[in-house]
Amino acid sequence: MSHIDSLIAEDITAYLEAHENKSLLRFITCGSVDDGKSTLIGRLLYDSKMIFEDQLDALERDSKKQGTQGENIDFALLVDGLAAEREQGITIDVAYRFFSTDKRKFIVADTPGHEQYTRNMATGASTADLAILLIDARKGVLTQTRRHSFIASSLGIRKLVLAINKMDLVDYDQAVFEKIERDFLEFAEELSAGIEIQAIPMSALEGANITGASEQTPWYDGPSLMEYLETVPVDDARLSAPFRMPVQWVNRPNLDFRGFSGQIASGSIKPGDRVKTLPSAKETTIERIVVHGGDLDEAVAGQSVTLTFADEVDTSRGDVICVASDPAEVADQFQARVLWMADKDMLPGRRYLLKIGAKTVTATVLDLKFGIDVNTIQDKPAKTLGLNDFGVITLGLDQPIAFDPYDVNRETGGFILIDRMTNNTVGLGLIDFALRRAGNIHWQALDVDRVALAQQKEQKPAVLWFTGLSGSGKSTIANALQQKLFAMGKHTFVLDGDNVRHGLNRDLGFTDVDRVENIRRVSNVAKLMSDAGLITLVSFISPFRSERQMARNMMAEGEFVEVFVDTPLAVAEERDVKGLYKRARAGEIKNFTGLDSPYEAPENAEIRINTVEMTADEAADQILNWMRERGWFEA
Amino acid sequence: MREVAAEAENPVMLYSVGKDSAVMLHLAMKAFYPSVPPFPLMHVDTTWKFREMIEFRDRKAAEIGMDLIVHTNQEGVEAGVGPFTHGSAVHTDVMKTQALKQALDKYKFDVAFGGARRDEEKSRAKERVFSFRTAEHRWDPKNQRPELWNLYNARIHKGESIRCFPISNWTELDIWQYIRREQIEIVPLYYAAKRPVVEWEGSQIMLDDDRVPPELAKTAVEKFVRFRTLGCYPLTGAVESTADTLEDIIQEMLLTTSSERQGRTIDRDQAASMEKKKQEGYF
Repeated sequence: MSHIDSLIAEDITAYLEAHENKSLLRFITCGSVDDGKSTLIGRLLYDSKMIFEDQLDALERDSKKQGTQGENIDFALLVDGLAAEREQGITIDVAYRFFSTDKRKFIVADTPGHEQYTRNMATGASTADLAILLIDARKGVLTQTRRHSFIASSLGIRKLVLAINKMDLVDYDQAVFEKIERDFLEFAEELSAGIEIQAIPMSALEGANITGASEQTPWYDGPSLMEYLETVPVDDARLSAPFRMPVQWVNRPNLDFRGFSGQIASGSIKPGDRVKTLPSAKETTIERIVVHGGDLDEAVAGQSVTLTFADEVDTSRGDVICVASDPAEVADQFQARVLWMADKDMLPGRRYLLKIGAKTVTATVLDLKFGIDVNTIQDKPAKTLGLNDFGVITLGLDQPIAFDPYDVNRETGGFILIDRMTNNTVGLGLIDFALRRAGNIHWQALDVDRVALAQQKEQKPAVLWFTGLSGSGKSTIANALQQKLFAMGKHTFVLDGDNVRHGLNRDLGFTDVDRVENIRRVSNVAKLMSDAGLITLVSFISPFRSERQMARNMMAEGEFVEVFVDTPLAVAEERDVKGLYKRARAGEIKNFTGLDSPYEAPENAEIRINTVEMTADEAADQILNWMRERGWFEA
Repeated sequence: MREVAAEAENPVMLYSVGKDSAVMLHLAMKAFYPSVPPFPLMHVDTTWKFREMIEFRDRKAAEIGMDLIVHTNQEGVEAGVGPFTHGSAVHTDVMKTQALKQALDKYKFDVAFGGARRDEEKSRAKERVFSFRTAEHRWDPKNQRPELWNLYNARIHKGESIRCFPISNWTELDIWQYIRREQIEIVPLYYAAKRPVVEWEGSQIMLDDDRVPPELAKTAVEKFVRFRTLGCYPLTGAVESTADTLEDIIQEMLLTTSSERQGRTIDRDQAASMEKKKQEGYF
C-alpha cells in the first residue's frame, strides 16, 4: 500500500477520517475468461496493494502449479474462487471483491460472460453503478459485447467502460482501438438513452493504462482505468427521487410505541413531512425519525430508520410509505420485462410468488407478449421463457402493490419471482407500466348471489376434482357418482377432459404451456358452475400440482374436494381402454402423461381412490360417504 | 436482519464473541431499536475458548437483555476431545461443526445469522447473504439462489435452514473503522498486553489455562502480544505487538503484510479447505 503508507504511518487518525469519507463505487466486469477478465481484476487488486504477502506466496505457488503464464504470476488464480471452477478454468458464479485506493472504495462483482450465465451477470448488475465491458482487441465487438451492454443497461447501469484489452497483441495500434470504439458507439445507439461510454485501450497482462498512462499508447490522452474509476461521478439517483420506504417490520417494544422500520429506498424525509402509505393511500404526518442514539432531523436513501406517525394509520409489513405529494403507483396488473433464471420454463397461466420491497404476493403470468433476443436486442415470438431468456410479460396479482416503473426508480420497480413448490428464485422482473384495464373493469354486483342460488337448489355446491393418469378410471367413477347424486335429487354437472377439449379448449395441445391453460380455463368454468349452486364433477388428468392448487384457491373455502384416482401406471397401461398407451409407446402420441410428460401425484388429496381394489360403483360410494360424513347433504 | 425477523419462524444469532460478532450484534441493536432484537444469541462453546471471551460473552448478553444459549457437544466432552490430544481437524469437526449442527437441530432454528465476510477467504467471495443449507446442513455452491437488488428470498421447506451473513460485504478495515466510530466494546485480547505464550505447531499460543501439556507449558515466555482473530486458544496464534489502542491496531493492520486468517490453523490444511469444510457444515 505504498502510496498511502506514509499517511497511515504518520497520522492514522487523519487517514481514517479520510477513508471514512470516501465514496463507494460498485461495478461489474463483463467478459469471458478469454478476454482476460480475471487477470484484470487480479491486476487491480495487485496494483492497489490489496494482496497480502501470504496470499501472494500462495498465488506464486499456485501459478506454477496451475497457472497459464509460465513462471509469471497468473492473476486470474487470485479471483477464481471455487475449487470446481479452478479445475474447469471458468468463473461460474458471481464473486464479490473489495478494494480501496486513497480516493475511493470499490466493490467489484465478477460475473461470467457466457450466454448460459446471463442470469449471474444480471444479478451482479442489479446492484452496480458501472459496468466494465471487456473486449479482446484482436476480436473487436462481439455478440457477447452486445449482450452484456443490453443486460447492463436493462438493469439500470448508466456508465459503461469499454475496456479494449490485449492491446499488446495488436502492437498498441491506434487504428484498431478507434475502429472498435466506433463500432461500439454505433451499436450503442440502440440501448436506452443517457448512457455514458468511456473507451480505454489497455493490457491487463502488461499493466498498460490500468493505473497510469502507458508509454505504449502516446496517442491516447484519456484516463487510465483506475483514474476513471476513481473520478467518475457517482450521482446517487436514489437521493433525488421522491421519498419511498417499504415497511419491513412493525416496531412495537411496548404499548406506547408503534413505529415502522425499514431502509429508505429513495429520497429523504423530515419530521412534519406529509406521507401516504400504499396501497391503502391513507395520509398522515411523520412525527419522529427514531434511531439508536437519538432521533434524527432528516434521513436519506440508504439509511435504516424507524418512523412514527402523528395519527393512527393502519400500516403493516410490505406497505410502502411515500411522500404524499408524489406517491408511487398502485396496481394489480402490469407489464414487465422478465429474465428467467430457472431450468424449468416459465409458463403463462402459472402462478408464482412475487416479491417486491418487503411484500410478497401471488402473481399469474397473464400473457407472454414476446421474447427479446439478448444478442440482437430484437423482439422474437415466444411461447415460453427458458433459462436466461428475456421477455415481455403481463402479470396479474391477487392484491394490489405499490411500485414505480423500473426505469424511473430502480429501488421500487424491480421484483423477483419465486416458484411456489421449490421456493427457488426463478425470475427477475423490471416493471414497465400498470395495465389500465386493471382499474377500468369493475366487478358487477348481482342481487341474486351464489348463496341464494345454492339455497334454491337445496344443496351445498362442491367442485369434486378427479385427477389421475389417462385410463385411471376418472370418468367412469365420475359418471357413477353423478348417477347416484342425480337419484338423490342433486343438481350436478360433469366437466370431462375429452369433452371440453372438443369445444372450449379445442385450440389447445398437450405441451406444458397448453396443459396449464387447459386447467386455467376449466377451473374458471367449474368456479362459475359452483357459483350457480351446482355440484360439479371435474374429470381431468390435471398433471401439475401447482395448477390443481390454483383451482383450489379459486373456489370458495371448503368447496374444493380433490379426488386422487390412484391407479398405477402399469395397471392403467394394461387396461388401455382407449388404446392410447399403445399409440404413445409406438411414438404416435407425444407428451403423454406418465410416459414422456410428468404426473405430479397429489400429496394431500381429500379422497384417494384405489381402483385396483374396488369397482367404480364402490368408489362412488366412498366419495358419497365422505361427503355425507362432512354434512354435505344435511338441510 | 429485519427481513429475517419478519419472515423466519425461529431465527437465532450465532455469537462467536469476536470482533465481527460484536459488530453484527451492534447492528442488530440498531436495526430493531427501540425494541430489543427479537431473537436469542447462541454461542457454540468448544470449552477451549479464552476465559476472557466467556466472561465478556456473559456480561454482554446480560447488558443488552437478549437470551443467550450456550451449546457444547457433550459427546465430545465425554470422549475427551481437545486440540492437544486429537489435533485441530478432529477438534474443530467435533466441537465446532458437529456441535453447531446439534444445536440447530435441537432448537429447530430455521435461520442463523453469522458474522462471516466475503473478503476473508476466496471460497466465501461467492457465498450468498442468504445461504441455504439442506436438512443435512450441507451447502451446495452450485445451487444457490440469485440475490437481486436487496430482495432476499427467505422461503424454505421444513427441515431446511438458512445461514444469513448480514456483514458479508464488509472488509476488515470496515469492521475496525466501525468499531472505532461507534465505540463498540471488544474482548481485551485484541489489544496488546504482556501474556504468557508458548510455541506450538508453528504458532505462538497463549497459556490460558492448565490444560496445556506440562512439558509445553514449561517453555512459556512473557511477551507483548495481541490476537487478530479469536477462537480456541490453542488454535489461535498470537502476534507480537504493542498496539494497545484501536488506532494502533488499525495502523498495524494496514501496514502488516499477512492476511487475517493466517493465524488460524484450520485454513492451512490444503487449498480450498474452507470450501470443503463449508460443504460439510462448518459455518
